[in-house]
Amino acid sequence: MTGFFDIPSDLQHSWLGLIGLHLREALLPVLAGLVAALPIAQLCARFRWLYPPVLGVTTVLYAVPSLAFFVVLIDYTGQTELTVMIPLAVYSLVVLVPAIVDGVRSVSQETLAAATAMGFGPLRRYLQVQLPIAVPAILAGLRVATVSSISLVSVGALIGNQGALGNLLADAMFYHRPVLAVNSVVTTAVLAILVDALLVLVRLVLTPWMPPGARPKRKAAARPEPAAVAGEEAAR
Amino acid sequence: MIRIDSVTKRYPDGTVAVDRLSLEIPDRSITVLVGPSGCGKTTTLRMINRMVEPSEGTITIDGADISRQPVNSLRRSMGYVIQNAGLFQHRTIVDNIATVPRLLGWSKDRARARARELMERVGLDASLAKRYPYQLSGGQQQRVGVARALAADPPVLLMDEPFSAVDPIVRKGLQEELLRIQDELGKTIVFVTHDIDEAIRLGTMVAVLRTGGRLAQYAPPAELLSSPADSFVEDFLGTDRGIRRLSFFTSETLELKKTPIVAVDSTAEQIASRTDPDTPYLLVTGLDGRPLGWSEPEDLVAGEIETERLLPYGRPFVHGKDSLRAALDAAVLSPTGWAVAVDGDGQVIGAVSQQTIGEAIRSAHAEGRDDAKVAG
Amino acid sequence: MNVLNFVNAFFGDSAHWHGYDGIPHRLLEHVQYSLTALGIAAAIGLPVGLVTGHTGRGGNALALVATAARALPSFGLLVLMFVLLGLGLLPVMIPLVVLAVPPILVTTYEAVRSVDPSPVDAARGMGMTEPRILLRVEVPVALPLILSGLRSAAIQIVSTATIAAYVSLGGLGRYIVDGLYQRDYEKVVGGATLVAVLALVTLTVFWAVTRVAVSPGVRRSA
Repeated sequence: MTGFFDIPSDLQHSWLGLIGLHLREALLPVLAGLVAALPIAQLCARFRWLYPPVLGVTTVLYAVPSLAFFVVLIDYTGQTELTVMIPLAVYSLVVLVPAIVDGVRSVSQETLAAATAMGFGPLRRYLQVQLPIAVPAILAGLRVATVSSISLVSVGALIGNQGALGNLLADAMFYHRPVLAVNSVVTTAVLAILVDALLVLVRLVLTPWMPPGARPKRKAAARPEPAAVAGEEAAR
Repeated sequence: MIRIDSVTKRYPDGTVAVDRLSLEIPDRSITVLVGPSGCGKTTTLRMINRMVEPSEGTITIDGADISRQPVNSLRRSMGYVIQNAGLFQHRTIVDNIATVPRLLGWSKDRARARARELMERVGLDASLAKRYPYQLSGGQQQRVGVARALAADPPVLLMDEPFSAVDPIVRKGLQEELLRIQDELGKTIVFVTHDIDEAIRLGTMVAVLRTGGRLAQYAPPAELLSSPADSFVEDFLGTDRGIRRLSFFTSETLELKKTPIVAVDSTAEQIASRTDPDTPYLLVTGLDGRPLGWSEPEDLVAGEIETERLLPYGRPFVHGKDSLRAALDAAVLSPTGWAVAVDGDGQVIGAVSQQTIGEAIRSAHAEGRDDAKVAG
Repeated sequence: MNVLNFVNAFFGDSAHWHGYDGIPHRLLEHVQYSLTALGIAAAIGLPVGLVTGHTGRGGNALALVATAARALPSFGLLVLMFVLLGLGLLPVMIPLVVLAVPPILVTTYEAVRSVDPSPVDAARGMGMTEPRILLRVEVPVALPLILSGLRSAAIQIVSTATIAAYVSLGGLGRYIVDGLYQRDYEKVVGGATLVAVLALVTLTVFWAVTRVAVSPGVRRSA
């Protein structure tokens, strides 16, 4: 029997085990990326001159292919999960910084002036006014980073079976069992869609003030670059 | 002539934007559509170039039904100016203006030459030709919008709140420019605005529309001010329509008093001879004939007139050119209650009291006379 | 030995500079795959994005397709196509194109949608035909954003074409995959460097195209 859920024993995990592994390898880096992106983005929003160079660096980093990134790290971190997770964290960071900067900057000057006039201090203003209004943009960035991360974990299969569900792909080729590849693709895609949907839900809960159907505002034609990068550079 | 014949615009959701509207828009004059938001004025304008198709009724130009004309050639035969100018940010000013000539198949050189000619006509410096829209101020952009609409010399010009987005001073300049261009070119202009002052200033005919797209009144501005059709029009005109109506009466009929005027170098005898019980003040003029200020006769010492101690004379009006409204304003602003009348060169030709102006207003109203529109 | 030493050793070895497995040939292969995939993806994504963006219809359907396509793991798709269709260019082109169409399509749609409506209104009022409005008024203004969508697609294609070596395709990924298999780390790092450089060259090309193709009026008002 070579059914859909029969996972070759060399992977040392059940199907559900692989899913757990996959989620961990994909989501921890996004979390790490978010934690690092928040202060960096805040600095960029605060000191405007900082943003163009940061944007340049992030664009270049994002262009570096994942496989190249992985293999260069092998020399330092070996063929381990960490080797997969470090690049994913960097990609998440790179997607999230422009998303957060755009979100924080999309808060209108009038709103900020009103907040200041009401006596908000800078920190309070950031936490209670700017960040909540930036939530839609931040979550849009998180969606892209997460979906991309879930897709990219599979590539880890190439560097010593560190690809979780991606390892099924290697086995599909090794044992000539296309069904394993189907399993990998379908499971990964469903995971991505579910996590994406979850994030949409989070956004709805966090932003009851947004009119239904409205999308995070993209500043018309002004400064299209970062928004486009955040919005569209998804799975590779 | 553009004839709008019982035109209705009803949207699929049932809203009626324009309701059985009929208008005859005379050639070579400015017809203004004015009204509060939601009165269908823009919809009406956009039906003339078929940006909106009417649900019922017909629109004809010189007898030809526009719904039977190819839509793009119809639009190319009309200039179209919109609120934020709608310039093409990727094209230079000269190429923006050359758009319609190029659409009509003119060569690039000819279209650009024409565009440069129009820049001059609308008061844009030739040095701006190679600039891009973002390098221009709002007022300049709007001038480019007007030039672009005029580029192919269309007989009809449709203007949709063209000056609404600029500040009042720039707007006034643009309005004057439009009147000047219209004097030169004599286009058939349909102009939409929500600003009744702008309507009265620019319109040869003014159509006041009410919410729901119905015509409230269609009349020349002076008639609108003197006899509004109903309370809606009256409210829309505002509280000072009586004063504003004076803009349509010339100051030419005012009888000027020449006696209370003394030159700054007058002798004691001359000053004494000017003194008159009816005019408690004397107006001192400079050697160039321009006003310096008012003074009581006893304070004037021949040869020792201190110009800085004179009372201010307010703002003079140009006799014959300015309206009764300007004359009344000049009298109200003058601390002595007398308005100073000057000629076209700014030289004093007389003075007139509030009382005399009041009499002129009464007789003008009595005659029901409205002179051709006068400036100011 | 650190990474730089590997890089030096790899590029210093003259054997890596000619023949079937030489750098010029592998680079050419990689560029060929990438350009073909980008060409096909653009031929699909650009027209659909332009027309839907101009008419404003189908935006929701588009977003749905894009989200679904994004969720598909490209490496998984690559292997799946390989095990189903066998060796060849087609099983590689399918995932590359599937990968590249959504960014082109969605960005183009968004780019055209976000063009200021008033010049479009003015153009229509002047009697421009709809195709002309799209090509002469909307596209020039939307161009920076459209190019950024194409750039994202190109970067992703270059990256994924690398992985395609795993399913026996040529290109620069060969060095990485073969090197990992042969435990020849010098080759792995050399290949990774080449791929990274190619990605940066792609960025540079798009930067240059944007400089040349976008009107200064659009660039500076942005």
